[in-house]
Formats: sequence, C-alpha cells, structure tokens
Amino acid sequence: MAAQDVLTQTAAGLYCPEGDFFIDPVRACPRALITHGHADHARPGHGAVLATRETLAVMALRYGADFAPVRQAVAYGESLRMGDALVTLHPAGHVLGSAQILIEAKGTRVVVSGDYKRGHDPTCAPFEVLRCDAFISEATFGLPVFRHPDARREVARLLASCREFPDRAHLVGAYSLGKAQRLMALIHAAGWQRPIFIHGAMEKITDLYRAAGIALGEVRKVAGQDRGKLGGEIVICPPSATRDLWARGFPDPVVAFASGWMRIRARARQAGVQLPLVVSDHADWDELCATILDTECEEVWITHGAEDALVHWATERGLRARPLHLMGYGDEEADQVA
Amino acid sequence: MNRFAELLDRLAYEPSRNNKLRLLVDYFRAESDPDRGYALAAMTGELKFSHAKPAVVRALIAERTDPVLFAMSYDYVGDLSETVALMWPREEQSHDSTPPAPGLGEIVETLHATRKIDLPRQLSLWLDALDESGRWALLKLITGALRIGVSARLAKTAIASMGEMPPNEVEEVWHGLRPPYLDLFAWVEGRSDRPQTSDPAPFRTPMLAHAIDEADFAGLDPGDFRAEWKWDGVRVQAVGGRDEHGTRVTRLYSRTGEDVSAAFPDMVEALSGTEFDNVTIDGELLVVRDGMVQPFAVLQQRLNRKTVSAKLIAEYPLHIRSYDILTENGEDLRPLPFDERRPRLEALIARYHGGSIDVSPLVAFDTWESLAAARANPAGTGAGLDAEAIEGVMLKRRDAIYVGGRPRGLWWKWKRDPFNVDAVLMYAQRGHGKRSSYYSDFTFGVWRDKDGEDELVPVGKAYFGFTDEELLRLDRWVRDHTVSRFGPVREVAAGKHAGLVLEIAFEGLNQSARHKSGVAMRFPRIARIRWDKPAHDADRLETLEKLLRG
Repeated sequence: MAAQDVLTQTAAGLYCPEGDFFIDPVRACPRALITHGHADHARPGHGAVLATRETLAVMALRYGADFAPVRQAVAYGESLRMGDALVTLHPAGHVLGSAQILIEAKGTRVVVSGDYKRGHDPTCAPFEVLRCDAFISEATFGLPVFRHPDARREVARLLASCREFPDRAHLVGAYSLGKAQRLMALIHAAGWQRPIFIHGAMEKITDLYRAAGIALGEVRKVAGQDRGKLGGEIVICPPSATRDLWARGFPDPVVAFASGWMRIRARARQAGVQLPLVVSDHADWDELCATILDTECEEVWITHGAEDALVHWATERGLRARPLHLMGYGDEEADQVA
Repeated sequence: MNRFAELLDRLAYEPSRNNKLRLLVDYFRAESDPDRGYALAAMTGELKFSHAKPAVVRALIAERTDPVLFAMSYDYVGDLSETVALMWPREEQSHDSTPPAPGLGEIVETLHATRKIDLPRQLSLWLDALDESGRWALLKLITGALRIGVSARLAKTAIASMGEMPPNEVEEVWHGLRPPYLDLFAWVEGRSDRPQTSDPAPFRTPMLAHAIDEADFAGLDPGDFRAEWKWDGVRVQAVGGRDEHGTRVTRLYSRTGEDVSAAFPDMVEALSGTEFDNVTIDGELLVVRDGMVQPFAVLQQRLNRKTVSAKLIAEYPLHIRSYDILTENGEDLRPLPFDERRPRLEALIARYHGGSIDVSPLVAFDTWESLAAARANPAGTGAGLDAEAIEGVMLKRRDAIYVGGRPRGLWWKWKRDPFNVDAVLMYAQRGHGKRSSYYSDFTFGVWRDKDGEDELVPVGKAYFGFTDEELLRLDRWVRDHTVSRFGPVREVAAGKHAGLVLEIAFEGLNQSARHKSGVAMRFPRIARIRWDKPAHDADRLETLEKLLRG
C-alpha cells in the first residue's frame, strides 16, 4: 500500500482512511489522534481524542475536564488496532507527553512526527528513531541557518548576565507549555541556587509537570511579591508579558527571550529584547536532516515551516519529498516574537 | 574574538547608556592585552587594514554549501556575513585537533601580515575555529561592515571610568595613542604615568546641540541667546600647530575625531599657508562657488572619495564657515563664555587673508517670533543667495562655555520643517540588516500624465519612520497585495482605486538624471501611513517639480 493511501490530506488535516481517524485536525472531527498539547495541534471539539496521558491532561487544563465525550490515554509503545491500521505512539522529545504517531497498514509504515527535537531536555522523554517507509516531518526551522546551540550553553549565558547585572531583574520570555519548564530544570541544573519566579499564566501547567514527576527545582509565583525587590532574580513569563503592564515595577529588567528564532539577529532586535537565548523545542536544520536519514524512509513529507529548503535537500539525496501545505499550524515560538 | 563578538551582541541589544557602559567596563577589565586594545580601536574607528571584498566570503561559502540552500538562507536572513556565519559547516574532527579560537589581537595582527592571496585560506581556518557569533563578527570586521552599538565617546568614557577619571582626560591624550593602547590601559589601571601627548594638532571633543521642540521655548529667554544659521555642510574641526621641529601641522577632523585631512588637501593647504597657526576652529565645511554657498548635494561630490583629482578640486572649491574658536596660541578658550570667544574668533579670521575661511554671521532677533520669521525666510533675512544651504537656525547661550559632548540647555538646533508629499506604495523589499525578515524597504511614486493617462512614477525609497506595529501591518499589507515578484522585490497593487498612500517627509529635492521621475529626495521617511486615503488623491509629480524650481 502506498503511503498516500495510508494517510491522505484533507481540509481538516491528515486523515487515515484505514483507521478512520485524523491527526491533529484543525477542525472538530469525530476521531482525533493528538501529537502534543500545543494549542494549534490540540484543538477543542472532537468526538473522541486519543493521546498520551500528559497531552490529555494539558487539553483538560485548557478546555475543561470534559473537553471530548471520549478520551483515551495511550502509553508510549502501546499498539492500538484502529480499523485496518495499527497505531503506536512514541516519544517525540518536543514537550511533556509529545508523541510521534506510527501507522502500520497493509505492510506500509508511516510516521507522523508532530513537532520534535533531538536536543537535551530533562523534562520530557527523548525522541525515538522509528524506521519507516514515509516520514512526515515538521520544518519550523527548515533552513540551514538554524542550528541551535546546546541549551545548557544558552542558560550559562543567562546566568553570566545575572552575575554581571546583579541589581537587575532578568525577565525570560518563554512559551508556557514546555519551554518554561525546560528552562526551570536547566537553570537549576546549572547550579542556580535561588528560586525561579513565574508569571500566573504558567502556574497550572507547571504544577502539571511537577505532578508528572518532573524535577523543576524551587519555583515561586511573582504574584504577591514586591517586584521592586526582584533585582538579581530570574523571572519566567510568556513573551508577550515582557511588554505588558505586568512587567512594570521590576528593577531595570534585562528582557530575555528563549526561542529558536533568536538565532537571527534581525528577529532578536525585532523582539526588542536585551538577551536573546537560542533555545528551541523544535528540531534545528541538522536535526531535521539527520532524523530523516535515521528513519531510512524512502519518502518524506514536509509540513509546517520552511518546506522548500528541506524538500530540496531530501530530493538531492534521492528521496521522494513533497511539501504538505497544511494550514492552521503556527509555531508557538514565532507567534510570540512579533 | 568570541568574547568580543558576545560583547558586540550585548551592546547592540542593550538600549541603556549606563548598562552599555557596564558591559564595556566589564569587558575591558576581563579581557587581556592586546585583544582589548584592538577592541577599543574597533569601537573608536582606529582599526585600519584593507578590507576583504564580499566576493571572497561568497567564494568560501560556495565551496562548502549547496547554492540553492545558500540562496534561500540569504534571502531569509538578509545579511551576507550573518548567513555565512550561521551556515558555516561544523568541523567533524575531535576537540583536541580543533585549533583554539583566535583572539581579536591575533586576527588584527595577522591581517596586517597576510597577503591578499593567502587571505581566503587564513579566513577559513579562523571560521572553523570560531563559534557563530565569532564568525559573524570576524566577517563583519574583515569586510569593513562592523557596526558597534556604542559611540567612540562612550568607549573612551568606559576606559576613563576604569581609572575613575572624567572622560575628557582620555580624550585629551587620545590622539597621541595608537592601538592596542597598552600605555592607556596601564595608565587607567594605575600601573604607569599619564601617556605623553606629542600630537601638535590634537582633536578636541566638539560641542553638539539638542533639537529644540516648540515646548522648549516657553522656558527660554531670547535675551540669553545668540542665533546663527545652521549650515547644511559637514561639521569639521580645523587645527593648526607646530611639531617639535617647528614645522607647521594642519589637520581637519570630522565631528567624531576622524582625521579627514587627506580627503580635503586643498582646504588643508589653504589653511597652512596663512596665519592659521596654533589655533583650533570649529566650523562647517562647505562648497562655495562665486561667493555662493552650494547646497549639500554639491558638497556630497567631495565626500567619500578615494582619490581627489585636480578637476574635482577646481569644480568643488571648499570653504570653512567658522563659528567657534577652542584654542589660540596655547590658550584654552573653552572655559570662556560664547560672547567672549566670538570676538576672538572674529579677530582671528580678520587677520586671515586666505579667502577660504570666514565667520558664520549672527542672525539678529529680539523675540522667538522674529527668529521664527528669519528661519522661515533666510534669503530675506541676510543670507541672500546662500539660503539654499541653510537648514535652520542654531541657538547658543551667550554665557555658555564650550563643553565637549552634548550638554543640556546650552546649544539648540532648530531645523526647518520638512517637506511632505502623499505618495503611493509601489514596491516593497525585504530589509537588509535590522528588519530582514520583513518587507520594510518601500518604493513609492506619485502620479503623472502619460499620453493622457495617469501613471505612477517612482520618486523615492523609505526604510523608516514607522513603528514596529506599523511595520507588521505594512508587511502583512504587502504580502496580501502582491501582484508580482522579482527576486526579493514584490510589486504591490498600486492603481487609482487599489493602493496604499504613504505620507512622505523629506528634507529637500535634487534634480536627478538617474531617476525616471527626474527628481531625487533627500532623507525621505514615512511620516504617516494613510490607510484611509484613496490612492487617486495622492500627489502629482508637478507638485514636486514646482518645489524643485523653488
């Protein structure tokens, strides 16, 4: 069976006719498999939702406990028979609970990666390489200029700035689900002895990480603190909050922003930050290329991001490559830059 | 080099002067000689070597990357050095065999000794050893495109604060010093005495003015001020001195302290042969033909020239219109009030018989209203035919001493209002540099008659004048209204009923054979985006042509 028969492209997103389900549909669908909890992939209104326990918990947090009539938790490595297709979830290394979806139908193996990364992250299970016939890859950072440094190096830069400006608060803009918790873990792992202060918007999701047994170190809420006394402290907040009224009152803040887009100076300047930190939960160019080769796939479909460059690269290597112009997936990092 | 690059990045993103100062001081304290001295030289524009052509960099990256991927990346990033720095392949070898990252001092000293033919190989070795930021800074440095987010003044202030001394202390010894400034660092760190200045014609920090707002006038008394025309030329400091053998030394400095004597040999010669001895003059460099000051566009022909031909000198005769005197015969006049310096200047120029230097006249006024009238009509207020080279008036407190830098409340500049025109957006291009992933370079046009039909003709290009929010909206508008694409350029819908009107402010118009419209704008920028205005109501070329005839 050809890969395009296993998985077809519809207006709602990728659809598997053999198993009668959609993956990360952008419209309400009867049956949806969700790769991870970011809002553009995990949308409300579906009839039945299958995902990892952690992804279901994120959706419940965002949309209410009864966000779908049927909610089924699937463990990594557990195989489910759906119609004539066999479906298995495997870690994608993107955020807590993020999964790649392996579909096996009539002898063909297709992997939908969702969003993924290969870099070090103590807050989620690492990406697993799955051999397959067709690999569907994201391409958020699908240009060879995007090569993320080790996140630990960027955290060291943040801590160096805290030492250099011990009287200034360091406001770190980071996406609330995943990036923020990864930073908490990395900052404490780098030897930061003090608590990390967080914005109210990321309290619940941070509690969810902790409930899942992820070590984040001491975290306190900004609410209730005298902001003027947070000089020398690290404060993590949604990127937009650094420009809000909320950010007033911190002593001469150093505004940092943790995102893969910070690799490009013009984007960093555009974001108006003083300390751009190149930390991303998406694969960089080298990881995208390496992963495609690792899967030993013959065919690669490129979804949201800079498809052209990756399609060109894969074609040059003799792979069948095509862009899937899927609508409706943004990038949680880019949305916050502008 | 990696540390220097990290500093450059931090400086570029940090808007606060005091925080920049902290970053600089910390860097100078932590970095060793001679790297920090060369860094200081880079910041003060004293780093001199022959730059590599971008073609060298392009050739290196072409050997190492897929041309299609490079083109896509360059289009996205919008900056050659940055694209190459980010795409440069990682060395696969083990860490032990990777050469250590070169320091700035090693790079500068090696560049001096490297033959052009060996440069590509040397450069590729360095690029292999540096990280992304280091590569970026190196490429910017060797192609002569390194921009540093601090002024030379701030860098010197940082040096002074290392020794807890006022910045002018460093300024006074500066021109006798050479990179990598080992004696300077030794002095501010208390390891040696003040370096001897042997410069017979040193630069002194010029005094700068603040732009005045209408609201400022309420707090100012016209009786406290003198007014002069604000000449649209190039600010220079002319210094005459004698070296230890008694030989005359005459120099011209730019506002930033760069020695520009070589670019204006005729002016230097005109001063050397006269009474212009042992003095420091502050003034405006202008082109004067038949006793008439030429507009800036004419002077521009003399700027940024590699060679100065006799023909150029004859066609564009230089002149200094002086407005201040800083030293005379070893006496420092800067502590004197303006009203006492002025007669000294007039007396000096009266003794001078060269003809290519005079004194900028005072503009008489008794109320702000009468000064406003003069500013609106220089030609009718004594400036006569020179009026075209006047861009406003300067206000100087009569009791102000001469203070290097930009002190508050002493000198004000009151520029003439800019011209405005409503134009229609025609093409947009992704910016290079700061706004590279956005459509931020805008070409606009006005209507003209072509065989009985109205058509748009481009009259200029603007890169700024909008806020970040407006840029996002403009970028979206461009993407939504693209009618065709030529490489990085998008042509947008621009007709009588579909088009975006931009109110363009500009400082002046020149006749131009190079432009289809026949006019070229000076310093155009977007004053307002007229989302509300229909394109057919935009201005016509005749309006501009009328301005040109004045």
